[in-house]
Amino acid sequence: MSGGVEDIFAQVGAWRDQGERVALATVIATWGSSPRPVGSQMAVTQSGRIVGSVSGGCVESAVAEASLLTLATGQPQVLDYGVTNERAWEIGLACGGRLRVFVEEVG
Amino acid sequence: MTPEITAALFQARAERRPLVLATRLPDGLQRILPDSIEDDLQDAARQALERDRNGIVELAGESWFLHVHNLPVRIFVVGAVHIAQALVRLTAPFDMATIVIDPRPALATVERFPDAALMSDWPDEALDLAKLDARSAIVVLTHDPKLDDPALDRALRSDAFYIGALGSRRSHAARLERLAALGHEQSSLSRIKGPVGLPIGAVTAPEIALSILAELVAVRRGAALGAGR
Repeated sequence: MSGGVEDIFAQVGAWRDQGERVALATVIATWGSSPRPVGSQMAVTQSGRIVGSVSGGCVESAVAEASLLTLATGQPQVLDYGVTNERAWEIGLACGGRLRVFVEEVG
Repeated sequence: MTPEITAALFQARAERRPLVLATRLPDGLQRILPDSIEDDLQDAARQALERDRNGIVELAGESWFLHVHNLPVRIFVVGAVHIAQALVRLTAPFDMATIVIDPRPALATVERFPDAALMSDWPDEALDLAKLDARSAIVVLTHDPKLDDPALDRALRSDAFYIGALGSRRSHAARLERLAALGHEQSSLSRIKGPVGLPIGAVTAPEIALSILAELVAVRRGAALGAGR
């Protein structure tokens, strides 16, 4: 069940049933060439398990770190990655695109 | 995502109810739509659901991300044949629900189709029950006009996004003549992909299933297919 993107909710539900705390990252906007469409999602557990993706692998580790921060603080975040973002450039969004990701805890 | 929103989301999934999750940026306040409040966000969510499109909308100085949670695309496969088995297996990783229709009890068995919904009604009756919509695809595989034709007739009367029919060019031409005799216009008949599938030289059942699935995805995503198609 999804708006034309992969469905990761089944996995989120399974992890929650195991007692894991889960953060959810969702691509909310893209500019230029970007490997994953708006609505793509990645879920990260407090123990570091990952499902889904928000890019072609370029920013997933950064998003996973940010997800752990959201699990620690309980605060959602809006994150920008792309050529205009120095930190993301270091991480390396090689495609040259930009994307904006919303990270929240699945309460 | 609050526990209330999370619970409502999982419940809607269990009940197979399409919805839009609206998230206010950047604070993350959320609302599940449709709900009982008639406002601009409700209208925007309705449009997002219709278009099956996620995105940010600006309303009254607020930014909302609308995430569409739609039901899987439905693929109705008419004919519980060998290629249908391959097609059901191939669609497993996709967000697609496969329904196999065949009134012949010898072929439409759970043993042959452990992962598909089976309907043993006559194809036109099955498709009437299914209420075809713009998120439906119909693939007819029986080679038998008395099963294929009623299915195609119903498919052509629907908003189905993909209609495919297995068969040679010659049998497809004959099929189009029969459907024209049922009152279908030429413009409508051109919706049928026949011979079905992308021309990848498919020979085996899984290869033919792949060519069909590839064509179905291309049509769904609005891809420009090569000349002559």
